[in-house]
Amino acid sequence: MTDLTKLTLADARKGLKAKDFTSVELTQAYLDAIESANPSLNAYVAVTPEQATEMAKASDEKLAKGEGGALEGIPLGIKDLFATKGAHTQAASHILDGFKPEYESSVTANLWRDGAVMLGKLNMDEFAMGSSNETSYYGPVVSPFRAQGSNANLVPGGSSGGSAAAVAAWLCAGATATDTGGSIRQPAAFTGTVGIKPTYGRCSRWGIVAFASSLDQAGPIARTVEDAAILMTSMAGYDPKDSTSVDLPVPDFAAAVERGVKGLTIGVPREYRMDGMPEEIEALWKQGLEWLKAEGASVKDISLPHTKYALPAYYIVAPAEASSNLARYDGVKYGLRVSGKDITDMYELTRAAGFGREVKRRIMIGTYVLSAGYYDAYYVRAQKVRTLIKRDFETAFNDGVDAILTPATPSAAFGVGDEDMNADPVKMYLNDVFTVTVNMAGLPGIAVPAGKDGKGLPLGLQLIGKPFDEETLFAASRVIEKSAGLDFSPTRWW
Amino acid sequence: MSVDATTVKRIGRLARIRIEENEVAAYQSELNAILGFVEQLGEVDVSGVEPMTSVTPMELRRREDAVTDGDYPEKIVANAPLSEDNFFMVPKVVE
Repeated sequence: MTDLTKLTLADARKGLKAKDFTSVELTQAYLDAIESANPSLNAYVAVTPEQATEMAKASDEKLAKGEGGALEGIPLGIKDLFATKGAHTQAASHILDGFKPEYESSVTANLWRDGAVMLGKLNMDEFAMGSSNETSYYGPVVSPFRAQGSNANLVPGGSSGGSAAAVAAWLCAGATATDTGGSIRQPAAFTGTVGIKPTYGRCSRWGIVAFASSLDQAGPIARTVEDAAILMTSMAGYDPKDSTSVDLPVPDFAAAVERGVKGLTIGVPREYRMDGMPEEIEALWKQGLEWLKAEGASVKDISLPHTKYALPAYYIVAPAEASSNLARYDGVKYGLRVSGKDITDMYELTRAAGFGREVKRRIMIGTYVLSAGYYDAYYVRAQKVRTLIKRDFETAFNDGVDAILTPATPSAAFGVGDEDMNADPVKMYLNDVFTVTVNMAGLPGIAVPAGKDGKGLPLGLQLIGKPFDEETLFAASRVIEKSAGLDFSPTRWW
Repeated sequence: MSVDATTVKRIGRLARIRIEENEVAAYQSELNAILGFVEQLGEVDVSGVEPMTSVTPMELRRREDAVTDGDYPEKIVANAPLSEDNFFMVPKVVE
């Protein structure tokens, strides 16, 4: 029998419908793959085999009768940030030790409504704060990719590093992820997978552990553009429980995938040409534009003058929101408690022991920029700069640009325990330089694998779209996927 | 702007995170690296610019002021490190 785990989500769906195999068989194939790979890759922090088998059986009953939803019987991995009823939900943090929610996040509820099967919870940077998946309480995720001729472990990117690694290494048919500054797109780029952060408001944030509420959005990571579109269609939708969720109909995103780019205008922002950017990324960017032109798009140089201020503004806005959101972890309602001589002592000791270094650093920055006397100088100024960043994009779109093409990351994946990155927090933050602008403006952005560097490591391109025009992103990224025509499978070493 | 050791300790207290004496110097240098990085925002002319309050042009929805959920205290306290009779238990706060 063919290896069921290697099927795309779209093909697995066809196979289930045609009764070539059952969901129980497909689910078991993934559970076996996880069991053999997870000791090396550490992509899952909790596997839920009983629940998976039960859900698969229920799907098989529906499929046998010719019934079932859009994802009936499809096994998925869920980022540990999503509340899943009765299952491990800890944002990969020590402070949420033992937390098993009594409720289900709206996005995962949508997936189960459509018939998907949960394999388990995926590793991530603690509270989604990181770009390498090294800040997890459960240890780093190791990328299934290695540089040619090297045995060194590489990072899968972050914060959705478990999601990206599990999808690339065939440990699930697709995964949920979240993106606050690049946490879907950067790991997708590092692992040769497709990841989309939809427009702010497209997916409900209800039941997702909050990091920075004005920036957080859920989205899928998948092995193909079509798979990502199928998942996006199920995940999205209006939810009265999230006041920022948008009451708009959800298109069938998969129907837009083969629409092509004929007649579209693709913007090329000159500010994304960074000093010190590797030549192969510059070349890949040009190649991407050529592919889109060959399929009938036109290319236009544009300017997004406030690009360089997006990352510094983000490192005020995101920590400020995080410091408020994470105030709830105090050793009273859930998770870890460290006893002290009085209640304040208990709070301080619990939070000191429960949060990792990066999380503490960001809470402290957020506390500082919101504190009396600094609020206007830091927070209000950053929010004004954010208005200007959004205006840059609006000007480009009003001038007839349909989508914007940029590199996804300034480099390919780096090593686990990279000394430069660990010594200087700002160096790590620079990973998100091309992705963070999109969160600041609330726009949709997709990362699609487009090429490889000299060592055979995947490189991605990013397309940025107009608000609620994810369809154009799926269509354009499909053109890149097809034109690149490369196999982004890792060579198995684990 | 940069922070000194006293400020690091004060932020720690405000954030309710115990900072041990031997951690102060490291936090101070890390926070100053980040504050140094964000300093470039000072170059931007923001006069007359409104601070962003919402990325999507939307009005916050309102709902009727009515009870729509609840009545399951045992679920609320189910994950508490310490609870009794559906109350969260904390150290004594009033003498």
